[in-house]
Amino acid sequence: MRIIVPLQSLVHGHGGLVLGSILPCALFYLLQHQFKRQRPPPASSPPSSIPRTASRALLSRSPPAAVSSRATSISSTDHESPHYEGFSKCFDDPFDRVTNPNGIVQLGLAENRLTMDLLTEWIAGSVKASLMDPEVGGLVSYQPFDGLVELKTALAGFMDQVMRGSISFSPSQMIITAGATSAIETLSFCLADPGHAFLIPTPYYPGYDRNIKWRAGVEIIPVPCRSTDSFRLSIASLELAYNQAKKRGVKVRAVLLSNPSNPVGNLMDRETMYELLDFITERNIHLISDEVFAGSNHGANEFLSVVDVAHTEGFDKTRVHVIYGLSKDLSLPGFRVGVIYSFNKIVLEATKKLARFSSVSVPTQRLLVSMLSDVKFIQKYIEINKKRLQRMYDLFVEGLKQLGVNCVPSSGGFYCWADMSKLMRSYSEKGELELWDKLLNVAKINVTPGSSCHCIEPGWFRFCFTTITEDDVPIVMERIERVLENNKR
Amino acid sequence: MVRKATCNSHGQDSSYFLGWQEYEKNPYDPLTNPLGIIQMGLAENQLSFDLLESWLASHQEAVALKKDGEFMFRELALFQDYHGLPAFKTALAEFMSEMRRNKVEFNPENLVLTAGATSANETLMFCLADPGDAFLLPTPYYPGFDRDIKWRTGVEIVPIHCSSTNGFKITKQAVEEAYRNAKKRNLKVKGVLITNPSNPLGTAMTRDELAILINFITAKNIHLISDEIYSGTVFGSPGFISVKEVIKGRDDLTNKVHIVYSLSKDLGLPGFRVGAIYSENDVVVAAATKMSSFGLISSHTQYLLSVMLSDKDFAKKYIVENKRRLEQRHRLFVSGLETAGISCLNSNAGLFCWVDMRHLLKSNTFGAEMELWKKILLKVGLNISPGASCHCQEPGFFRVCFANMSEGTLNLALQRLKSFVDSDSESNNYNHCRLPSLPKWVLRLSPSDRKSER
Repeated sequence: MRIIVPLQSLVHGHGGLVLGSILPCALFYLLQHQFKRQRPPPASSPPSSIPRTASRALLSRSPPAAVSSRATSISSTDHESPHYEGFSKCFDDPFDRVTNPNGIVQLGLAENRLTMDLLTEWIAGSVKASLMDPEVGGLVSYQPFDGLVELKTALAGFMDQVMRGSISFSPSQMIITAGATSAIETLSFCLADPGHAFLIPTPYYPGYDRNIKWRAGVEIIPVPCRSTDSFRLSIASLELAYNQAKKRGVKVRAVLLSNPSNPVGNLMDRETMYELLDFITERNIHLISDEVFAGSNHGANEFLSVVDVAHTEGFDKTRVHVIYGLSKDLSLPGFRVGVIYSFNKIVLEATKKLARFSSVSVPTQRLLVSMLSDVKFIQKYIEINKKRLQRMYDLFVEGLKQLGVNCVPSSGGFYCWADMSKLMRSYSEKGELELWDKLLNVAKINVTPGSSCHCIEPGWFRFCFTTITEDDVPIVMERIERVLENNKR
Repeated sequence: MVRKATCNSHGQDSSYFLGWQEYEKNPYDPLTNPLGIIQMGLAENQLSFDLLESWLASHQEAVALKKDGEFMFRELALFQDYHGLPAFKTALAEFMSEMRRNKVEFNPENLVLTAGATSANETLMFCLADPGDAFLLPTPYYPGFDRDIKWRTGVEIVPIHCSSTNGFKITKQAVEEAYRNAKKRNLKVKGVLITNPSNPLGTAMTRDELAILINFITAKNIHLISDEIYSGTVFGSPGFISVKEVIKGRDDLTNKVHIVYSLSKDLGLPGFRVGAIYSENDVVVAAATKMSSFGLISSHTQYLLSVMLSDKDFAKKYIVENKRRLEQRHRLFVSGLETAGISCLNSNAGLFCWVDMRHLLKSNTFGAEMELWKKILLKVGLNISPGASCHCQEPGFFRVCFANMSEGTLNLALQRLKSFVDSDSESNNYNHCRLPSLPKWVLRLSPSDRKSER
């Protein structure tokens, strides 16, 4: 297996290997390579276990039978990435203005708590009715693994409301999976074989490293975006990355990107989308557009789905696939609802069959059918949500600005992409991680460092502002200020 | 398009799919379609819906996501921790112990929740085997394994052949032969996967068989996966013996033995998509927990079930009453078959019987089995599962489900079968009798596994 990612950075001459992200990838590839080359005989034990002694009575545990190489690497991947380390620290000591004012403020999780009151209110009035199906059989029996027809219909309607495009979403082109996480993995299995690659513009959502590589075995070729372009996708960079992959003999099967972008929050404009569709059509590859934040666009610019542009500009839509879900736009990550939307019959057939491995619980589906069918409520929810997102965004970005920290102007998602490069001790990944560490352990706020997102420029951080309230903002700013002061000296 | 997307090796596309298709085109309904096809290929338990219904009706608070008057909704909406809802895992662990008459204990920390046993089995494969490795499975086995074990994992299945001569029990010779076959094919065997109680046989595994397997995996230092999703459906003696019971005190085995569980069969909740892996191998638990992010159970369902399973009274009553109804239904079915001159394997578990129709075959071949299956599907109007799809080595056996319909429907099915057997034996006496020709596409059908049923 080729070690592509580290070489990629070396070739581009970027500042060194990024600790948080490249090393685990390299380790993963190396381990895979190692295990493939030397298959230990069944009776031998992995290096970490206790050697067998003659008397069984003396043993507490005998050497375990070998597990898969995948299990070995996956079970230990977390420790390298700050993105996940921050989560666990925060989990152990979560901030609460009343009960734990000195706890860690979670600004690293893209979770929207701003509109839970609206949802709770709806649930209070309706959940019983929605669950008491005329027959309990409809609640507990086997249903199609790719989702109830009623839920697909309701979701198609929801997507229409959220994306407000020129094309209506059709339930028959939808596969429902347990979360967008699963949708991405399932699509990866369908569009590529192990060893194939997806081109992904950086910075990208850290979860892609897991969803695409872990079990589907697809490689990621990062396509760097730069601050000079406000981190917008440059087709020239895409071309370069594609050609380099080709030279190395790596088969690129798709471009995967998020729109609105996670972690930057910007929206793709029509022209870039057109060029992108041109690019993939010419090279006969797929486009996966992860649009989970489509409804969380709070700025002046309208969200434009790739489906819309492909339709109006007459592109072949069979190579365009959309990922969606209810974890962001409806603040229901716990319910696990993801969507694969495609125009490609073969992909739909294949993902439908794979849906058996990640089906959504039927009672949950029924509850959501009820909620999504309440079109009036949904409309109200979307509008109020956007207003609150905008308010928090403005407050937060202004607060950071006061501290000398500027953000890339954006209008999508639950976060802002902040430039703290001038506030680091050294302009490097090391400097970035040092600052991140101070923010986590001294300021006690958990944010996502750009290196976890494979950003090629050090010093960028993603701050999520939807897990706190307006009153928490000054507290957060004050804490950051303290650390920045100390860091300067 | 990619290999996997179009690959048929999982068998789901195969002609055997016809059974399901035919049923969907023409499903039996006592009022609106009394001549339709009766579904006897779906291992679903519909006998105890009323018990579930009454529990839901009398637990409005839980259904409304309330706990002691407080709304759980907010917490549940945001809860996506792949370690699972602690209250649910605790309740599930206790339920599993109860199922084993509390002879063994399950530690909730060793449970990994997945979206159904389908996902649990696949995840366990990803954790224990690399592409190209193999697992040994006793035949006949659940057709879905060809999909769940092999498809995305790239793992091979090497069958341990069991035969009717000893009631399809596992023998030491058969296991060793399977291992040798794997070696001949240059496959590295990573473990053995058993279903206990067996699908499709409907029998609970004996202590002897379990001992053979334990000795074997010890000797070869490989894994044992025990899929125990039917553990709550055992209604006769000798009762269910979990592999966990058998390895008590064997510390050298705790790393190698893994259990798969689900609430789809025992609690009749297949729509809830609740499965679990139980393992005391830390690496497996750690890896499987992370992989479970690709198939998490909704927090909403976890909460509802934590309340249901914590209601120990209900859980105990359900298990007992459900078993009673299953036993009664089983008896009805077996005696009905006997009236038609058909015997089946002596069984004490599951939602189906392993029916012996060898005497109805025109010849002792799988071709004849397929012909018989088609006749039963299209003429008799019963959708049953042919042994070939379960990789049975001997033609003429069929898995027939009896718990997914009303008693009336079952009686009708038995009547139809009896008429068929009677008329078939008559027509067999006329050597020159031409059978109505079947369409060409039907004749081209070959046995393989089927979608979505267990």
